Amino acid sequence: MVQNYVFPATVSEAVTVLSTNRGKARIIAGGTDLILELQEGKNTCDVLVDLTQIAELKNITEENGFIRIGASVTHAQAAKSELILRHAPALAQACRKVGSLQIRNMGTIIGNVVTGNPAADAAVALACLDTTAEVTTLDGMQTMPLEDMYAGVCMSCIDSCCQVVTHVRFPVKRTGQGSAYLRMEQRKALALPMLAVSALVSLDGDKFEWARLIIAPVGAGPQHALDAEEFLKGAPVSAATMTEAGQLARNQAMFRSSAIRGSKEYRMGVLPVFVERVLQAAVEDARRA
Amino acid sequence: MPNQIISFRLNGEVVEIAVSPEEMLLDVLREKMHLTGTKRGCGKGECGACTVIFNGKAMNACLIPAMRAKGADIQTIEGVEGPGGLHPLQQSFIDKGAVQCGFCTPGMIMSAKALLDKNKSPSKEQIREAVGGNICRCTGYVKIEEAVEDAARQLRASAVKGGDL
Repeated sequence: MVQNYVFPATVSEAVTVLSTNRGKARIIAGGTDLILELQEGKNTCDVLVDLTQIAELKNITEENGFIRIGASVTHAQAAKSELILRHAPALAQACRKVGSLQIRNMGTIIGNVVTGNPAADAAVALACLDTTAEVTTLDGMQTMPLEDMYAGVCMSCIDSCCQVVTHVRFPVKRTGQGSAYLRMEQRKALALPMLAVSALVSLDGDKFEWARLIIAPVGAGPQHALDAEEFLKGAPVSAATMTEAGQLARNQAMFRSSAIRGSKEYRMGVLPVFVERVLQAAVEDARRA
Repeated sequence: MPNQIISFRLNGEVVEIAVSPEEMLLDVLREKMHLTGTKRGCGKGECGACTVIFNGKAMNACLIPAMRAKGADIQTIEGVEGPGGLHPLQQSFIDKGAVQCGFCTPGMIMSAKALLDKNKSPSKEQIREAVGGNICRCTGYVKIEEAVEDAARQLRASAVKGGDL
């Protein structure tokens, strides 16, 4: 039962409140998931520590070759951000898919990662962008690769009773790079992704220098389509290459049949097409730049 | 700290009210302030019936901790009507037959108003994005879209005339 609700003015104040309450206080950012978990009894705490008044967490900035996103940046904010549109179209496209406009106006990108859902749209896009999180505790700040933040399906390694993910950051887009995000859904709003893919490609003339290809939900957190990534290294940029990469993506796709997301067989059937399309879109983005 | 007195701007007027840490804005509006125009539908952020405009943005009041209202500028359906009568959105919803059972209507209008406050010439796609988080089980959405377009037209016309709606 929540007995106290506080608005720290700084990150250090936030971690101090967490520490003083010894596991009974919990971070809240957008709250679109946490509020429901608290109401349903799936989560509990005595004190909610609200990050939304901390000035340094409200912005998207470009710093030292990285795009850095603060903990209270919402999906709506990122979807419109010129920095995100220019450097990470995959993330802007993913953010536009989350819930509804009302949810996108509240829910945060970092919350999308910390809730641990393997097919969370923004998290799938961040995974292809080679994202690192900045995690602050009373002992200081540590960085953590996005891949290391998942403890299981819908389980995060982040303990919001003592850790604050203050920012995530990924490298700025270089010449010849492009990204894209694509999902399959039952309807255009308020729908969970049945299947989500994202790609970051780096082109060297008519060849793929390398590609990062992410598929979800096929495990704990967004997963790399490793065989397809390996195949794409040095491969010519052609329709045949992208079709083959789509077939290879199946090797890492362990779908589970789900009443909400669809059957394993169906999603396995459409995965190659989505991989092909997301690669085409990422290549287009790379060539546009 | 069971209750804390917070103040915020509600439909243009500064209000003060005691809220508790586990309360949601929707409950404060409906149960404490008796503003029952904002509806409780699913209570999970999935239907949009509780949509309010919070600091200029459409949000689900069922998911906003009441404490977060401190210092905010909040509009509900009760504040939409102007001194000269119904807001063009309200009139257009009536004229175009966009209201059937009416349960989704306040939320629809708040979502549409959040859009039109910033953009008086929205495309069909922008209208659909704005009300995409509001579920209507009666009308099939076509008349709602027409009503929003019609209201936008009226707002544009009155802006040309220099009027203030």
